[in-house]
Amino acid sequence: MPPGGSLNSKMGGKRAEKPLQTLLRLFRYYKNSVGLLIFALLSIIAYSAATTATYYMMDPLVAVLEDGVSADMAKYIALLIAMAALYLIAVVTNYLLNRLMLSISARVLCAVRKEMFEKMQSLPISFFDGHTHGELMSYFTNDTDAIRELLQNSFTQMLISVTSLIAYIGMMIYLSIPLFLIIICMGICIFYVMRVVGGRSRRNFVRQQRVVAGVNGYIEEMMEGQKVVKVFNHEEAARAAFNVQNEELCHVATNANTYANIVGPLMNNLSHIFYAITCTVGVLLAAPVPGQPFLLEGTWFAQHQEFLVVDHSDLTISIVQGSICHLQKFPGKHCCICCSDEGTVTLVRVEEQNGMLIETDRRTGHWAWKRDGELIPMRGDVRFTDVDFSYDGKKQVLEDVTLYAHPGEKIAFVGSTGAGKTTITNLINRFYDIADGTITYDGIPIREIKKSALRSSLGMVLQDTHLFSGTVMENIRYGRLDATDEECIEAAKIANADFFISHLPDGYQTELVADGANLSQGQRQLLAIARAAVSDPPVLILDEATSSIDTRTEKHIEKGMDALMKGRTVFVIAHRLSTVRNSDCIMVLEHGRIIERGSHEDLLRQRGKYYELCTGTSELS
Amino acid sequence: MGKTKEKGPGIRHLKPCIRGYVLPSVMTPVLIVFEVALEVVIPLLMAALVDGGLYHKETYQLQEYISKLPYSNNLQFVLWVGGLMVLASLLSLLCGALAARTSAVASMGFAKNLRQKIFDKILQFSFKNTDKFRTSTLVMRATTDVNNMQNTYQQMIRIMVRAPIMMVLAAIMAFRIDTRLSFIFVFAIPLILAPMLLLVLIGHKRFRMMLKKYDTMNGAVQENLIGARVVKSFVRKPYEVEKFNRSADDLMRTQIYAQKLFSLAGPIQMSIMWGATIVLLLLGGQRIASPTATLGIGELTSLMSYSTQVISSLTMVSMIIIMLSLTRASLDRINEIFEEKIDIDSPESDLVVETGEIEFDHVNFSYSGNPDVLNLKDVNLHIKAGQTVGIIGGTGEGKSTLVQMIPRLYDVLSGTVRVSGHDVREYGLKALRDGVSMVLQKNMLFSGSIRENMRWGDPDATDEQIREACRIACADGFVTAFPDGYETDLGQGGCNVSGGQKQRLCIARALLKKPKILILDDSTSAVDTATERSIREGLSALTDMTKIIIAQRITSIMGADQIIVMEHGAISDVGTHDELLARSTIYREVYESQVREEANA
Repeated sequence: MPPGGSLNSKMGGKRAEKPLQTLLRLFRYYKNSVGLLIFALLSIIAYSAATTATYYMMDPLVAVLEDGVSADMAKYIALLIAMAALYLIAVVTNYLLNRLMLSISARVLCAVRKEMFEKMQSLPISFFDGHTHGELMSYFTNDTDAIRELLQNSFTQMLISVTSLIAYIGMMIYLSIPLFLIIICMGICIFYVMRVVGGRSRRNFVRQQRVVAGVNGYIEEMMEGQKVVKVFNHEEAARAAFNVQNEELCHVATNANTYANIVGPLMNNLSHIFYAITCTVGVLLAAPVPGQPFLLEGTWFAQHQEFLVVDHSDLTISIVQGSICHLQKFPGKHCCICCSDEGTVTLVRVEEQNGMLIETDRRTGHWAWKRDGELIPMRGDVRFTDVDFSYDGKKQVLEDVTLYAHPGEKIAFVGSTGAGKTTITNLINRFYDIADGTITYDGIPIREIKKSALRSSLGMVLQDTHLFSGTVMENIRYGRLDATDEECIEAAKIANADFFISHLPDGYQTELVADGANLSQGQRQLLAIARAAVSDPPVLILDEATSSIDTRTEKHIEKGMDALMKGRTVFVIAHRLSTVRNSDCIMVLEHGRIIERGSHEDLLRQRGKYYELCTGTSELS
Repeated sequence: MGKTKEKGPGIRHLKPCIRGYVLPSVMTPVLIVFEVALEVVIPLLMAALVDGGLYHKETYQLQEYISKLPYSNNLQFVLWVGGLMVLASLLSLLCGALAARTSAVASMGFAKNLRQKIFDKILQFSFKNTDKFRTSTLVMRATTDVNNMQNTYQQMIRIMVRAPIMMVLAAIMAFRIDTRLSFIFVFAIPLILAPMLLLVLIGHKRFRMMLKKYDTMNGAVQENLIGARVVKSFVRKPYEVEKFNRSADDLMRTQIYAQKLFSLAGPIQMSIMWGATIVLLLLGGQRIASPTATLGIGELTSLMSYSTQVISSLTMVSMIIIMLSLTRASLDRINEIFEEKIDIDSPESDLVVETGEIEFDHVNFSYSGNPDVLNLKDVNLHIKAGQTVGIIGGTGEGKSTLVQMIPRLYDVLSGTVRVSGHDVREYGLKALRDGVSMVLQKNMLFSGSIRENMRWGDPDATDEQIREACRIACADGFVTAFPDGYETDLGQGGCNVSGGQKQRLCIARALLKKPKILILDDSTSAVDTATERSIREGLSALTDMTKIIIAQRITSIMGADQIIVMEHGAISDVGTHDELLARSTIYREVYESQVREEANA
C-alpha cells in the first residue's frame, strides 16, 4: 500500500485476496501461547479420535445384533462399556479444548489489540488527517469482534472438522473402497459448492465491511459535531443522510447473509442425497457379499456430517468469511508508512566535567544530541533553508522559506489565515516531512534526528487543545511524566491556571470527561500551556496558544509566559499583535512566502504589510 | 427466552423495528417448518431403505405407502425409495434456501430500523444527555450492540422455530417407532435445559462487566485518535501504549472470566446426547435380541438418528439461550438510549421568531443542576431588535453559557429567557433555532464539499446566495482561489482548511439561515484583524438582524450598541464603550491591555 493511500479504495477495489496469507499472519500471534496450543491440539486429536472410534464401534455392535435371538449379549454390553468410555474421553477432552481455546484466543486477541494500538501510535499525522475517526475506530470494534468470533468458535470448529475428516477418510479406506470413492465424490461436490457460495458471501462481506466503516464514521462525525447539528436544525438532513447509508448497509448485509445462510441447508441436503446414493450402491455391491454393516458407517458419516454442519455452519462460514476480509486490513498493511523514521540522532542527558560533556543518567537539566557517539550540546538553534512544502503534492503551501532562529530568540509568525504559519510548525516537529530544502536543528538536519528525540526537545501548545480523561493533575503531568505534584502546580501557576483549578469541585483531582468537555475553551488552553511548561523544553512552539484566552487573563499570564520563554527558542503564531510585539524577529507570511521580517520597530519603520496590519489601514487578503 | 427479558423495558422498543419486515419474518418460520418436516421424513425413508432393501425384512418403515409403489425387484425398490429421498432432499433444500433469503431480509431490515431508531434518538439528545454517555459508547451501541441484536433476531426466526418443531416432530417419529425407548427424551430435556439456564443466569453479570471494560478500552482509543497531535508532540507513545496495554489485559481477564463458564456448555450437551445413545443402544439391542424381536436394526438406526435430531435441537435451543444472555447485555445498553429522558423537549407550537428582541429575566443556570454551583447568576438583560451587542469577559466567566441559553441549547435553572417577547420554551425547537443562528466557539465543518456545508444553513440556497453569504464572511475570496472552488472537499471536521478559513466558512453558513439573531461566540479568533473588520462591516449592513458578538479583541465590539461585561457568571456592567471606559475597571483594564499596542504603533 502506498504511503497515505486510501484504505477505502483498497478495500473496495479488490476482492478479498490471499486469505491464507492473512491466516498465516494471524498465527504469528500464537507464538506466546505455544504451550497451550500444543495441549489444545492434543485435545483436538484425542477428541476426534475418540468420537471417530465410537462410530467404528457401530460395526461390531451391529454384527452382534445380526445374530438376532442368539446374539452374544455379554459381548454386546462389553462393547457398549468401551463405547461409553470413549464418549467420556471425548467429553473431557472437549471441555479441555474449549477452556484452552478460550485462554488462547483471549491472549491472541489481546496481542492483536496491543499491536494495532502500537501501530496506530506509530502512524504519521497525515494518516489521521486522511481517515475518519469512525473508520479507524472500527478496527478496534467491529474488526476485533469478528476476529474474536473467528478465534474462539470458528477456528476450533474448523480444526475439529479437519481432524475428524482425516479420521473418517482413514476409516472409510479401511472399511470399503467403493464407499470411500463415494465419500471423495461428496467431498469434491461440497468443496465446489462452498467455493461458489462462499466466494459470493465473502465478496459481499467485504462490501459490508466498507459500508459499516462508513456508517460508523457518519455517526461519529454527527456526535462530535452535535452542537452544530442542533444549532442548524440539521437533524432531519442528518437523518436522511444516515438513512441512505443505512439502506445500503442493509442491502449489502442481506446479500452477504443470504449466501451464508444457504450453506447450512445445502450441506444438510447434499448429505441426504449422498446417503441415498450410498445406499443404492451399497445394495448393488453389498447384497451378494457379507458385511453389509459397512453401510452403517456411511449412515453415521452422513449424520455426523449433518450434525457438524447444520449446527455451526451458518455462523462459522459467515464469520470466517467476514473475519478474513477484516484481517486483511490489519496491521501488516500499514508497515511501510510507519517505518519512515530513518533518524538515528538521539537525545541524552549530559553534565559538564572539566569542560567536557559527559553522558549521564542524572537529571541535570542539560541535554545534548548524540550523533555517532559524538555529543552536540542542545541549544535550540533552528534554521530553514529554501524550504518548499505541499500537503497533497499539488498545491504549494510553503515556498522558499528561509529563516534562522538563534538560541533563546523569540520568532513570531504573522499573516493571513491559510498563509502557512501552522505548516511551519508542522515541519519543525516532523508531523510532515519537507519536499525540498533543509531544516537543521543545532546544525543537524532534522531528518537525521529520531522523531521521538526531536519532539521531546520541543514544547508544543497547539491550536486545537486536546485533553485526556483523567484528573487535571494527570493532564498537566502529561508534559513530563516524572514531574512532582509541586512542579505541576508550579506550572499551573505560570499558566495562571491555578486560580480556576482551585475553584473546580475537586481542585487538581477533578476528573475531566472526554477531551475536557467540562472546561471552557480558554481554560483548556491554560491547561495546555501548563502542560508545556511542565515539560521544560529548550524550544517552545505556541500555535495560537492564547487565542481563546481573554486579553485580561493574557496580561495576567504575561509574566509567567515571559518566565517560561526565557532562555528558550520560541516560535509564536498569533493573530493578536500584543502577543508577538516583543519578539526578536517577526516574519510576515503571505501565500507561503515570507514577505517581511524584522523586529516590531523595524517592521513599523518599513511601513509595509505589518505596519498596515498594526494600524488597520490595510487588509491582509 | 421470555425469562431472560422480564426486567426493564424488555423488547418494547424493539417491536416497532420489525415494521416493513413482518412478511419475511413470518415467512421464514413457515418455510422452515416445511424444511424440518421433510428432514424428519428422510430418516424414515432411510430406515425403509436399509431394512427393506438391504436386510430384506418383511416389515419396514412407511411400508403402507411404499408397498403401493410399482416395483418388481429389490433393485427397483431401492431406486424408488432412494429417488424419493433425493426428491425430499431437493424440496427441503428449496425451502431452506428460501428461508435463508427471507431470514436475511428480515433480520437485516430489523437491524436497519433499529439503527435508524437509535440514531434518531441520539439526534434528539440534549447536551446534558450526551454528556452522560460518551461519544465512543454511543457509536458502539449503534454498531456492535445492534449487530448482536441482528444476529440474535436472525437466529430466533430461524432456529427458535426450527429447533422446537424439529424436536417435536422427531420425537413423534421416534415414538412411532418405539414408544418405550422414546421415553428417554423425557429425561434428556430437563437435564440439558437446567444447567444451561444456570449458566445464563451467572453469565449475564459477567458479560455486562466485560462490555463495560470494552467501552473503557474503546474510549481510550478514541481519545488517542482525537488527540493524536498531542500524543505525538509530547512523545507519549510508550506511556499511551502502556496505558492501553493495561486496559487490554484487563479486558482479556474479564473476557476469560465471563466466557469460561460457557466452556462447560458443549461438554454438558455431549454427555447427555451420548448418554442417550448408550441407553438407546443398550435397551434397543436387548429388544432386537429378545425372542419376540419387535425392532429392526434399521429402525434402531433411525431411532438413533431421531435422538440426534431431538438432542441437537435442544442444543440449539440452549445455544440460543446463551446467545440471548449475551444479547441481553446489548439490549440493556440499547434500552438505556431509548429510556434516556430527553430533558429539552420541543413543544407543539406555531410560534415563529418574528423580531430579534431578547430578554433575560433573573436567569440562573447551572451545568450540574446544583443551585449552589451556579454558572449564571441572576442575569437580567434587554436587547432590542437589530442591536449589536458585544460581550466581553475573562476565560470561563460565563459568556458562552449566557448565549447558549438563547437557542435553548440548555434550559435555565430558574428565570426566563424571552426571544421576540415569548419564552424560548414556548417555541418549537426548530422554529426557535431557525430564528437564532449561532457560530460556535468550537467550530465544526463536515465531510463533503464547501457547497454542501453551506447548505446546512439553507438547503435551498442558490449558488448566488451562497456566494453572497461567503462574501459577507470574507470567505468568497479564498474559496474561489481553490482549484475546485465551492466543490472543494473539506474532509472530516473540515481538516483541509486552516482555522481562520474554517471560522469564516462557519460564519457564512450561519448567515445563510437568514436569522433574526446572529450569535458569534468568539468566532473570529483565528481571523486576522483586517479581515475581521470587513466581516464586521458586512454584518452591520444587515440592520434588522440582532448581532451578539463574544470577542477577546476590544476592537471587535467597540462600536456595539451595548457592551456586556461578564464576571463570575454574572453581568458586571452594561453600557456603551465610552460609558464603560468611564466606570468599569475590568473594561478599562482590557481596553488598556489591548490599545497600548496600537499606541505603540
